[in-house]
Amino acid sequence: MTASALQAVDAAERRGPRPRRSAVARRDWIVGYTMVAPVVLGSLAFVIAPLIAVVWFSLHDWNVLANTFVFSGTDNYERMLADPGLHNSLLVSLWFSIGLVVLNVTLALFLAVLLNQKLPGTTTFRTFFFSPVVVSLVAWTIVWSFLLQADGGINGFLAVLGIEGPNWLRGDVTAMLAVIVVQVFKNVGLNMILFLAALQAVPEEISEAARIDGAGAWRRFRSITMPMISPTILLVMILTIVGSLEVFAQIAVLTGGGPGNSTTVLVYYLYQQAFRFNDFGYASAIAVLLFFIVLVLTLIQWQTRKRWVFHEN
Amino acid sequence: MRIDIDERTHGDAVTTRAVVTGGSARPIRSSGAKTKRRWVAAGLITLMAVLSIPFVFPTLWMVTSSFKPMSEILQKVPTLWPQDATTAAYGEVFRLQPFAQQYWNSLYIAALVTVGTMLVAAMAGYAFARIRFPGANALFLVVLVGLLVPSEVTIVPLFRFVNGLGLIDTHWPLIVVPIFGAPAVLAVFIMRQFFLGLPAELEEAGRMDGLGRWGIFWRIAFPLSRSALAAVAIFTFLKSWNLYLEPIVYLSSKDMFTLPQALTQYVDAYGGPMWNVQLAATTLTVVPVLLVFLVAQKQFVQGLANTGLKG
Repeated sequence: MTASALQAVDAAERRGPRPRRSAVARRDWIVGYTMVAPVVLGSLAFVIAPLIAVVWFSLHDWNVLANTFVFSGTDNYERMLADPGLHNSLLVSLWFSIGLVVLNVTLALFLAVLLNQKLPGTTTFRTFFFSPVVVSLVAWTIVWSFLLQADGGINGFLAVLGIEGPNWLRGDVTAMLAVIVVQVFKNVGLNMILFLAALQAVPEEISEAARIDGAGAWRRFRSITMPMISPTILLVMILTIVGSLEVFAQIAVLTGGGPGNSTTVLVYYLYQQAFRFNDFGYASAIAVLLFFIVLVLTLIQWQTRKRWVFHEN
Repeated sequence: MRIDIDERTHGDAVTTRAVVTGGSARPIRSSGAKTKRRWVAAGLITLMAVLSIPFVFPTLWMVTSSFKPMSEILQKVPTLWPQDATTAAYGEVFRLQPFAQQYWNSLYIAALVTVGTMLVAAMAGYAFARIRFPGANALFLVVLVGLLVPSEVTIVPLFRFVNGLGLIDTHWPLIVVPIFGAPAVLAVFIMRQFFLGLPAELEEAGRMDGLGRWGIFWRIAFPLSRSALAAVAIFTFLKSWNLYLEPIVYLSSKDMFTLPQALTQYVDAYGGPMWNVQLAATTLTVVPVLLVFLVAQKQFVQGLANTGLKG
């Protein structure tokens, strides 16, 4: 606290209780505004303004190399409707998201249930399952692309078993599968922890009562545990879908969107349009589309979260 | 994703209790049931061990392979352990690129972003939680918009903006945008959640001692928020350390590159990756963070799981 501020407090105190309160309150306001100013101004400059700008840019024909910036109305959006490349990337994103969500959520739940059994060594296994989360994404992807090469570690292992593995990253389906699997192992530990927390919140008494009533382990899990953690399952699913839309580095490093354009997800297509073909106008239109998809998913998530919080209470 | 810190601690308390009571509370069974239970336990532990392979093996193999000569890497049947261990690849890492410089770039950028985000987010989080000023809610909503915006959506306008300022191929956009822009919003949110739970008596006590707002914030609230700050620090550091899209968009000269970008540059004249060199470089990138993780595991798990690194 500065000397002048202290003086101001003194002066305010001398003036009696009422004006003092309002003076303090007003000075509190100033402190409040000062404290939030960096983030608020930052948000205006680096989030709100770019968001408005991207909508504005999307209404223009803008080629960076040719240095053209001409208002073109909804041309870019009409182009989106007719662009097979974009349709492909939407479809690829959809497949990627579905594959990722199904595998990720199933595996995360399975691991969480295993870890919840209170067996010896559980802490070590939790560390193992979580460790890829802290491995740099690009590093993780590089190591996996090394493993997935035609003559890489995975096929070498399969060869020992007498199986001839495919060239994983060169086939449409296997490349997509590879991208999904690499991403699942990278981040499934996060969802696992969320499920573990939810499982530990399930009162043991209910399960115990059902056990005494003769319900088997699977029955107990399906009829008691699953309903009780279902809000978490829904939440995790939506989070994973939103996250899956932002997958970029994995695609760029592992497949470069290929083979062909079989793993060109929406954000990678956007990146290509902007920074490979220098078509900033069209890329901006795709960015607007991406924003709307994320917006809708997030609104659903908030709705779910509300219900989730309610459930917790 | 965003389970609040106190809820999580609560969850951990539940675990501890469950573990403690688990053994003794169960009724004593017949020895046959006991043997069966032991077999089931052994089976489950084996299952977990097998499941660990895809999580642990890539990292382990990355380390061992980085000590193999190229000829051994290209062998048809892969070797688990280097038969002819060499550190040649590590020399190449530094010879082919200014790797030390790139390492420093990543390190100092991540450190600045982390410290900056902690300060900015703690201040804003505190003000939004504890100070009543007109328009606070509206301003908070403005800030929250950042949670909705993937970095890919704003990359074109931001690129143009950075370009207009003549800051392409500098580290400025990698430092300033994360501290004040969308990536900081989650940090603000977490800090606000923490300060909302801070007992008002503590602030009252500070006021009695003659502290003003800033004094209360710096001397009382900020030091008390260590757990939330740790979470913010961990996910902010990792986010910056792993940033990939922004560096490849903004940076063009090798001296300026950050690690994720540099790692992909170890290719031969034909564009094929030089595996041993690339793996040596990734080892140097990954191992320090992994070691810190092993030491401060609890903070990492809480910090990351609660704060929603997505995907």
